[in-house]
Amino acid sequence: MTMHRMLLLGALLGALLVLGTTGTEAATEIQWWHAMDGALGEWVNDIAAGFNKSQTEYRVNAIYKGTYAQTMTGAIAAFRAKQHPHIVQVFEVGTATMMAAKGAVKPVYELMAEAGEKFDPNAYLAAVTGYYTTADGKMLSMPFNSSTPVLYYNKDAFKKAGLDPAKPPRTWPEMGEYGKKLQAAGYPCGFSTQWQQWILLENYSAWHNVPFATKANGFGGLETELAFNSPLHVRLVETLAEWQKAKTFDYGGRRGDANPKFNNGECAMFLASSAAYAGFVQGTKGKFEFGITMMPYRPDVQGVPQNSIIGGATLWVLAGHKPAEYKAVARFFTYLSSAEVQAASHQRTGYLPITLAAYELTKRQGFYEKNPGTDIAIRQINNKPPTDNSKGLRLGNLVQIRDVMDEELEAAWAGKKTAKDALETAVKRGNELLRQFERANR
Amino acid sequence: MHKRVVFRHRLLPYLLIAPQLVITLVFFVWPAGQALFQSVLLQDAFGLTTRFVGTENFQRLFADATYLHSFRVTAVFAAATAGLAIAAALLLAVMADEVIKGAAGYKTFLVAPYAVAPAVAGVLWLFLFNPTVGILAYLLRGAGYTWNHYLNGGQALFMVIIAAAWKQISYNFLFFLAGLQAIPRAMIEAAAIDGAGAGQRFWRIVFPLLSPTTFFLVVVNVVYTFFDTFGIIHAVTAGGPAKATETLVYKLFNDGFIGLDFGGSAAQSVVLMAIVIGLTVVQFRYLERRVHY
Amino acid sequence: MVERRPAWTATKHGVLALGVLVVAFPVYMTLVASTHTAQTVMGRLPLWFGAQLVDNYAHVLRVGMGSGSAPIGRMMLNSLVMAIAIAVGKIAICILSAFAIVYFRFPLRMTCFWTIFLTLMLPVEVRIMPTFKIVADLGLLNSFLGLTIPLIASATATFLFRQFFLTVPDELAEAARIDGAGPLRFFGYILLPLSRTSIAALFVILFIFGWNQYLWPLLTTTDEGMYTIVMGIQRMVPTGDAIPEWNRVMAVVVLAMLPPVAVVVLMQRWFIKGLIEPEK
Repeated sequence: MTMHRMLLLGALLGALLVLGTTGTEAATEIQWWHAMDGALGEWVNDIAAGFNKSQTEYRVNAIYKGTYAQTMTGAIAAFRAKQHPHIVQVFEVGTATMMAAKGAVKPVYELMAEAGEKFDPNAYLAAVTGYYTTADGKMLSMPFNSSTPVLYYNKDAFKKAGLDPAKPPRTWPEMGEYGKKLQAAGYPCGFSTQWQQWILLENYSAWHNVPFATKANGFGGLETELAFNSPLHVRLVETLAEWQKAKTFDYGGRRGDANPKFNNGECAMFLASSAAYAGFVQGTKGKFEFGITMMPYRPDVQGVPQNSIIGGATLWVLAGHKPAEYKAVARFFTYLSSAEVQAASHQRTGYLPITLAAYELTKRQGFYEKNPGTDIAIRQINNKPPTDNSKGLRLGNLVQIRDVMDEELEAAWAGKKTAKDALETAVKRGNELLRQFERANR
Repeated sequence: MHKRVVFRHRLLPYLLIAPQLVITLVFFVWPAGQALFQSVLLQDAFGLTTRFVGTENFQRLFADATYLHSFRVTAVFAAATAGLAIAAALLLAVMADEVIKGAAGYKTFLVAPYAVAPAVAGVLWLFLFNPTVGILAYLLRGAGYTWNHYLNGGQALFMVIIAAAWKQISYNFLFFLAGLQAIPRAMIEAAAIDGAGAGQRFWRIVFPLLSPTTFFLVVVNVVYTFFDTFGIIHAVTAGGPAKATETLVYKLFNDGFIGLDFGGSAAQSVVLMAIVIGLTVVQFRYLERRVHY
Repeated sequence: MVERRPAWTATKHGVLALGVLVVAFPVYMTLVASTHTAQTVMGRLPLWFGAQLVDNYAHVLRVGMGSGSAPIGRMMLNSLVMAIAIAVGKIAICILSAFAIVYFRFPLRMTCFWTIFLTLMLPVEVRIMPTFKIVADLGLLNSFLGLTIPLIASATATFLFRQFFLTVPDELAEAARIDGAGPLRFFGYILLPLSRTSIAALFVILFIFGWNQYLWPLLTTTDEGMYTIVMGIQRMVPTGDAIPEWNRVMAVVVLAMLPPVAVVVLMQRWFIKGLIEPEK
C-alpha cells in the first residue's frame, strides 16, 4: 500500500515538475478595447489570435466594450480610475478629443520610435493616414477600419429605364437626370443617402476641394470656424431639397436607416459607405445586380474631383503604461500594418487597406477582378494627393456638430427652412460648439 | 405616513434601514455629488485640465433656444407616455383580474414584453415603423396615410411615445394586478348585494382601494419617462428629425455620454433632477392627500 | 365580477385579446423574425413563421453568438446569478427599510426616506463614471459584488413596500403588541405573509431588471467569461457597416426571454386570489 502511495506521489510530483519547467515566462499582455460587433468582432478576434500565434513574447487581448460611444466613455472612465487599456478603438469624430488629451495619449510615431520598430510613414496611404497625422506629418493613431462614401446603383433598374448600366452618373446634374428617368420607369425614388453630414457636407467639401472649416479644416488650430455655408454648399442643399419634393432625392434617416430603400429597390441609386458593400450583397441577393462608382461632383467647379475623406475608426494608444508593454503594442502595430494582414482584412471586411503594399497585393491576388467595384473606394481616396481641404477634419465636439447638421438638413428636406437658412444656422450653432471645445481644451 | 400604531424601539429602526442607507450613501450620494459637481467645472473629456467656471454651464444652457424647446417636447412626451401606459394597464388589469378562463395566459403575454432586451426593443419598433419595409407603415399606407417619421416630426414623436409607453404597460399591468388581488372580495360582494352596479363598484370601492398602487405608479412612470427613455429614443429617432423628439434626458445623455461634454451634461442633470424632485414633491403633497390608505 | 353575464364576459375577453395583440405584437414579430433567413428579414417582415426555426436556433446554440464570446449557456448563467442576486438583495434590504420607515418613529426618519427616494431622481448613466471610479478604488472591478451591489440601492421597492404597509390596518399591529410580540415577530409572522403579492410582483420586475442589465456590466467587466446574455445580444446588434443578421439576433433575443417568462409564469401562483389573507 505505502509503496503504491509513494509511487503515485512521486509520479505526481514528477509531473508537476515537468509542467512547471516547461512553462515559459508569462507573455507580456496588452489590452485592446474595441467596438466591433457581429462578424466584424470575429475579424478582430482573428487578428488578435493571428498575432498571438505568430510569436510568444507578447499577447494581445481583444475585448468588446460596446458601441463606439460606449467604448470611448468606458476608456475615459477607466483612464480616470487608472484602469485603462493599452489600445482603444475610437471613431473618427473623437479624433479632436483624443488629440487634445495630450497627457492621456501616446502618439503612434513616438511609440514606434521608442520601441525601435521600423516605421515608414510613407508606406501608408496618405489619404487614409492624413486624417490622423499632425500638420508636419507625424502619425498620432493607427488607422484600423476606414471607409469612404461611394455611389451604389441598381443595374437592373438602369436597364429598365433605358440607361446604360456601364455608364453610371458622374455629375450632380446627371444624378437628377438619371433619377427622373428612373422614376419614370416606375421606381418611387431616384436616390437616397446614408450619413448625410459625412457624405453631403464633409465629403462634398473634400471632393470639390473647398474648405469645410477654416484653418485647414481644423488641422491648423482650435480657432477654426465652419465654412459649409458657402454658395456651393447652399446650391447642393437647395437642389436636393427641391428634388425631395418629387422624391428624386428621398431622405431616409440619419446613419444607415435608409438602407432598406436601396435593398428593396425603392431607390435605384444610393450614396453609402464603401464598407456597406457586404451588407448590400446580402440584402440584394436574388433581387437585382448592383454596381459601384465614385461620388458625383459638380463639373463647373475648378479642380474637381479632388479626393474623398475617410470615416471609421482608429486605434489610439493610451499613456500611463510600462515601456515593455508599449514594445508589445508597437510589435502588434507592425504586425497589423503588414501587407498580408492588411490585404486579408481589406478583402474580408471591405474596409480600406492602409498601405500601398496591401493594395498592390490585393490587386495581384486578382481580388478586384473577381469583385468588380471594390476598388472604387481606394481609387477615389487616391484620386489626387490630399490638399488642406481634403486631408480630413479635426474639429472638437464633432459629434454634436454632426447632430446640428442632421437637424438643419432635416429641416431643409421637410421644407421648413430654406437651404441658405439651414446652413447658416448650422454653421452658427456649430461654431458655438467649436468655441466651447476651444475653451475647455486651452 | 399616518400610522397610529408604531413600535417604540430606539436602535432597531436604524439597524433595519442601515443596509440600504449605507449602499445609498456610498454608491449613490457620493458619486452623484461628484457628477453634479462637474456642472460648475469646465473640463476636457479625460479630466486632464479642469477649471472652475461657476454658473457658466448653466448660463450657456439657458441661452440655447433649443434647450427650451426640449422642455416642451419633454412635457408632451412625459404626459402622453405616462398617461397612455397607466390607462391602458389599468384597463387590462381590471379585465384580467376578473376572467377565470385563460387568466394565466393573458397575464403571461401581457407581462412578457417587459422582458425584451432593451437593446432590441427600440430596434423592433424601427422595424415595424420603417417607411420602406415596416409592417405598420405598410398598413398605414394602405389606409391612405403616408408614414415617414424621418421627415415628419409629429409622427416621430408619436412613434417614440408608443415605443416608450409599450414597455411600461407591462410593468404597470403587473403592479395593478398585484394591487387588485389584494382587495378583499368580501367588500365587492357586499356592495353588489347592496345593489351597486359594476361601474359604481369600480369607482367607489376598487379605485380608491387601488389608489396607493396608482400613486406609486404615477410617480414611478413620471420618473421613467423623464429618465429612462434615452435608450429607446436613441435607437429609434436619435432625437430627430430636427429635434422633434429631443427630450431633456436625451439631450443630457447625448451631450454627456456621446458628446463627452461632462460639464454641460452635469448642468442639465442638475436642472432635470430639480424638475423631477419638484414634480415628486408636488405629487406627494397634493396627490397623496387623495390616496386612500 | 359577481353577476354572471355572458355578454360582459365576452367583452372582457375581447378587450384582453385586443390588449394582448397590441402589447405582444412586437414580441410576436421577434419570434417570427427568428424563423426566417437573414435576407427575408432585411425586407418586409412576413407576418407568419418561416422554415428556418431549427436552423437558426441550432446555429445560435451550437456556434454561439460568434465574435468569440462566451457560449450562450455561460452567459445565461451569469445573467441568472446576477438577476437573482439583485432581485433578492433589493427585496430584502428594501422591505426592511420600508418597515423601519412606516412602523417606527425616529429622528431623521423623513430625511432617510427622502435620501433613499432620491436615488430615483438621478439615473445610473449620469453618475456612472464616478461610480465606476469608486468600484475600481474598492477593487471590485470584474467581480460579482461589483456587478450587483451598486444596483441594489434603488428606491422603487422601498416605495412600493411603503405604499403597501400603509394600507395594512393598524389593528394587526395593535393585536401583535397586545400579544407581546415584538416588531420583528410582527414583521416575520404577519407583515411578510401579507406582502406576498407585492413581493411576487417586485420579484418579477427586479429579476427582469437584473436580467436586462448591460451598461453597468459592460463598463465594469473586461473578462468575457462574465458577460451577461443581454450584453451578448447588444454585441450582435449590427451598428455601422456590419452585415445585419437579424434573424439570428432575434433567435437569441427569444432565448434570452425564456427565463424571465418562466419567472412570470412561476410567480402566477402567488397571484391567485384567495390564497392571501382571509379577513382583514
